[in-house]
Formats: sequence, structure tokens, C-alpha cells
Amino acid sequence: MGLLEAIIISVIAASTPLLLAAAGELVTERSGVLNLGVEGMMIMGAACGFAGCWLTGSTFLGALCGIAAGAALSLVFAMLTLGLAVNQVAAGLALTILGTGLSGLIGAGFVGQRIVPAPHLDIPFLTTLPVVGKMFFGEDGFVYFSIAFVVAIWWFLYRTRAGLILRAIGDNHTSAHALGYSVLKIRLLAVLFGGGCAGLAGAYLPLAYTPFFIPGMTAGRGWIALALVVFSSWRPGRLVGGAYLFGAVSILQLHAQALGLGIPSQLMTSLPYVATVVVLVLISRTRGSSGSAAPASLGMVFVPDR
Amino acid sequence: MKKFMITAAIAALAIAATSFGASAADKLKVGFIYLGPIGDLGWTYRHEVGRQEMVKALGDKVETTYLENVNEGPDAERSIVQLARAGNQLIFTTSFGYMDPTVKVAKQFPKIKFEHATGFKRAPNLGTYAGRFYEGRYIQGVIAGKMSKKGVLGYIGSFPIPEVISGINATMLGAQSVNPNIKLKIIWVNTWFDPGKEADAAKALADQGVDIIMQHTDSPAAMQVAAQRGILAFGQDSDMIKFGPKAQLTAIIDNWGPYYTQQAKAVLDGTWKAGDTWDGLKQKMVVMAPYTNMPDDVKALAEKTEAAIIDGSLRPFKCPVYGQDGKPVECKGGTHLDAGQILGMNFYVKGVDDKIPGK
Repeated sequence: MGLLEAIIISVIAASTPLLLAAAGELVTERSGVLNLGVEGMMIMGAACGFAGCWLTGSTFLGALCGIAAGAALSLVFAMLTLGLAVNQVAAGLALTILGTGLSGLIGAGFVGQRIVPAPHLDIPFLTTLPVVGKMFFGEDGFVYFSIAFVVAIWWFLYRTRAGLILRAIGDNHTSAHALGYSVLKIRLLAVLFGGGCAGLAGAYLPLAYTPFFIPGMTAGRGWIALALVVFSSWRPGRLVGGAYLFGAVSILQLHAQALGLGIPSQLMTSLPYVATVVVLVLISRTRGSSGSAAPASLGMVFVPDR
Repeated sequence: MKKFMITAAIAALAIAATSFGASAADKLKVGFIYLGPIGDLGWTYRHEVGRQEMVKALGDKVETTYLENVNEGPDAERSIVQLARAGNQLIFTTSFGYMDPTVKVAKQFPKIKFEHATGFKRAPNLGTYAGRFYEGRYIQGVIAGKMSKKGVLGYIGSFPIPEVISGINATMLGAQSVNPNIKLKIIWVNTWFDPGKEADAAKALADQGVDIIMQHTDSPAAMQVAAQRGILAFGQDSDMIKFGPKAQLTAIIDNWGPYYTQQAKAVLDGTWKAGDTWDGLKQKMVVMAPYTNMPDDVKALAEKTEAAIIDGSLRPFKCPVYGQDGKPVECKGGTHLDAGQILGMNFYVKGVDDKIPGK
């Protein structure tokens, strides 16, 4: 296995959880809800995903448990922000704290247990092809799913009526409400969807990435996913590019160090965030007075009868 | 921000938990500040084991509280104050980065006794304690030098602080003692605990042809990668053989229990004094996990090295120690580098082909 090939395989693995979590958050934010609890939902997905897999012996069922756990936690967020019209930023941060604590509690009994990691694809002929074989046909199922998933999200947002309604609600919930769309119901679905995605992204870590569970193992990936949504300026296509760019930077800096290239590792570690800031500046400059790239109602509380 | 919120939440939970517990007036309340989660299976886990051993040894004479996931930095100070206000008379702060916060809080609470792990700032009510982990690193270096077929070792570093650098140097000196041409690839991950990133670093090292992985980070992720790739590795802080039954050569185990028990007892007896404890293999503060996955002659050599370090006939930093520029460094301890030089180490020894980040 060549070094380049090995690097690309590592990059794909590192990017996948970011992509999954960010894709869900993108849909949530497109509906006008800012859920900062991605990290909390991810770590819940990690704990429950691992628990599910350990108990059933099935990666698939483990992933389902992760999705359910993320969605369940996002329901708490939905109750607070949609039901009680609580400030979304505060509720999102609270969700992260809750998820971190709860996942530690749930996962406590599973620390130190081992599972069989998610199997990698092995297609006759294709996987054994030189260079591209392992890269394109030898990944685990999550990787293919994440790509197909983002394509599906793109199709949903831009090619279906439901997607149009979701975006309309995110851009102007008052008008959408006046047109007769149920803003809160659609936002609830979007929040649950985002939660499920974050849960799946979290589950990817103990099921495929490092096959064991440790409290706090998401180690800030939820926050990177949030940055990624901004980086992508809320567009699925750019999200894929961004996720792989973030993943590539994190892997390449490790290789650069091992090769002794003498690039400061601290600088490399901060690059994704620097890139996000640069993108934000670029967006605001190019858009000018035609409005920002963010959904116009993002983070605003909506109360139907007001 | 994230860490802050987590800490706040956990701190609140922990305080709540203890305040519900029965507290007799004559009980000694002992507090612990942990860097990671107690389930990290590494650094924090070993401190937690030490706390449990202390509770076991002293029974109902002590009542303990711990705060886990406490970020190094401003968070730490607030958490230590919290423990102090909660009536703890002895507080252990268990990471290097808690040094300045501990010094500050110790000044505010002169009656409370503080013990800071791996630091060097002391006060009348603030002692320090650390393990001579570099002794274990030297043994690992000897083993790695013998076991590496390619002559290239991989090292995952957390932060370029003296403790980590002295570990790298001791490894290199140990390896050079059996293979003068040994090479070392170093990756700094700039975190103590991020299993995904630790695994990525281990994969990067393996992809670049390293056949033995060492780590100075806290999770067993690197060990697991080594096991997957069919290469060898050393466990860190605790025995990680479970994660690499065919990969682990040995592990440096931190053994804090006896020390915690002894210090709590000293407070109970009224004999506690702020000390500067720096114990190693001899005092069993550092313990080596069984030597596994190696031929008998290497095992015998490892055991011999360990015995020589324990009886004092072998000093890992025996003079002359050459710096990267090939010049011998000043020998302040007579025949070996003195404690200050090792605890404040900020240079690489000859043969390390890397630059200390930020230097």
C-alpha cells in the first residue's frame, strides 16, 4: 500500500463523521433553527451506538441506536426551543452539557469493552485493483452512505417541494406561516433529522474509527461540524468539499510531522478554523447588500400566534 | 467553551453528589481534580485507581470528591476553589497545567493542603509529586531498539513540555544503547486526549514505515491501531494489553495509590509537610507491565535494565549526554544530569531528528 493511498484512506475516515454531523445540522439550520448541541448529540450517539453494537453484535443495529439516541436528545432541544420558545443558543449549549454527562453515565459500563469494527467492503476484482481499489471500493459502509446521503439532501433541498418549503421557513418563518405552512412541525422534523445525523456521526467513532468507547471521545468534532456548516455557506455541495478539506488538513499535518517537514503542528491544527473565518469574510464581501448566505430566520424564535 | 460547560456541569454534579453523602465531622475530606474522564483508561484512570486504593486503605477516615474533565487554564482555578470551599482539607491537582491555578488557590486558602502532580512550584501548603516516568521510557527504548526490524520508532507526543521531552530523550538513549543508528519519528497531536486523533497519528506513523509505536497521550487508540496493523506498541499510564494482546511489549503504569494513602495519613496524623516527591521504579510509583510479545533474550535484557535502574547502577541520563548539536550538555549532577535538568528538559538528545515545536 503506497503512502498516498494510505493517507487518502485515513482522510476519508476522518472526514466521514464530520460530513454526517454537518449534513444533519445543515438541514436543521436551513429550517431556521440553530442547534449548537451537535457535540452532545454526537457523544450520545457514540455511547448508545457502542452499547447497541456490543449488546447485539451488529454494527447496523449499533448505528440505529446511535441515530435514535441523537434524535432523542434533539427532541429535548425541540421541546425547549420550539415548544417553549427558549433561546436556541442557550438550549444548544445546555444540550451539549446534558449529552456529555448522560453519555458518560450510559457508557460507563462499556468502557474497556471491545467490539468488532465495522467491516470494510470487499468487492471481488474491484477492491483488489491497484491504487484505486482500496480507496474507492474498500471503505466501510458509513463512508458510502455519507456521500449518497449528502446527494440525497441536496436533491431534497433543491429539487423537491418539501425542500423548498423547508428553505422558505428558514428564510422567513412569518411569511411561510402566513401561507399556511406549519413552521413548528417542519422545524421539529428538521431538528430530529439533525439529531439523528449527529447521533450517526457519533456512532461512527466507536463503531468504525476507534472500536472502543471512552467518555468524551468525540473530542470537539461536533464543534468542527458546526464550523463546517458555516464554511459551506449552507450548501450541501460545498459541505462535502469542506468536510474532506477539514479531514485532509488534520491528517496531512500528522504526516507532515512524521516526515519532519518542520511545519509547526499548532498552526496546522488551527487551519480549519482559520479557513472558516476566511470563508465568512469572503461570503460577506461578495454577497454585499443582497443579504448573507445564512438562512434569514436562523436562530430566531417563532411563536405562531404572535 | 465546550470544556468550560462540561466542567461546570460535572463540577455541579460532583459537588451535589458529595453534599448528599453523610459527612462525619472528624473525617478528612480529600479532593481530586482530574484532566480527563475517569474512564480514559490512561492518565486520569490511574489517578482514580489511586484514589480508590486510598479510600480502601483508610476506610471511613476519609471522604473523597473528584472533578473530572477539568480543563487546564482558567477552569482549573474555579474548580480548585470549588473543592476548597466544599471543605476539602487536602486537594490533589493531577496535571501539569494546573500548576499556576493551584499556586494561586493555595495562597487564598493557607489552611488547606495542596498536592500538585508533575509541577515544580511549591509553597508551605503546596507540595509536588511526580513519577520518574523516564526510567520506564529508557527500558522501553532498550526493548524498542532490540525489537525494531526497520530501526524506525514512532512517537506520539501530546505537548512539548519537559516531562514529554525527557521521555523522548530517555527512549532515544535507551534505544541507542542497543542500536546506535535507531531513528525516531515524532508526531505532536497537541492534545492529551482525543482517541480519533491519537489513532490518526498512529496510522500516519505506521503508514510511514514505523514498526514500533510509543505514545505520551492518554487513550488506548494507538495500541489498537498497532494491533490492527500487526506492529508493536507500548501502553501508556495503564496496562493496555487488552487492546493489543499481540502488540503490547510492556506499559508504564502509574501507581499513585500508596502515595495518596501516605499523604492522607500524614494529614490525619498532623505530620503533613509540603514536600517534593519524585519517585520511580524503586519506590514503585512507576511500575512496568509484564514484558510480552518479545523473545526471551530481549525480556531478560529488559529485566536486567529495570533491575539496574532500581539499584541505581544505571542512570538513564548518565553523563555525557549529547545535545542535538553533538556537544555534551552541562553535567550538573556529577555523574548524571540533576533533577532540575530532567524536570526542566527542553532540548533533544543527539540522534533525534526533529525540532521541538515553538522553540
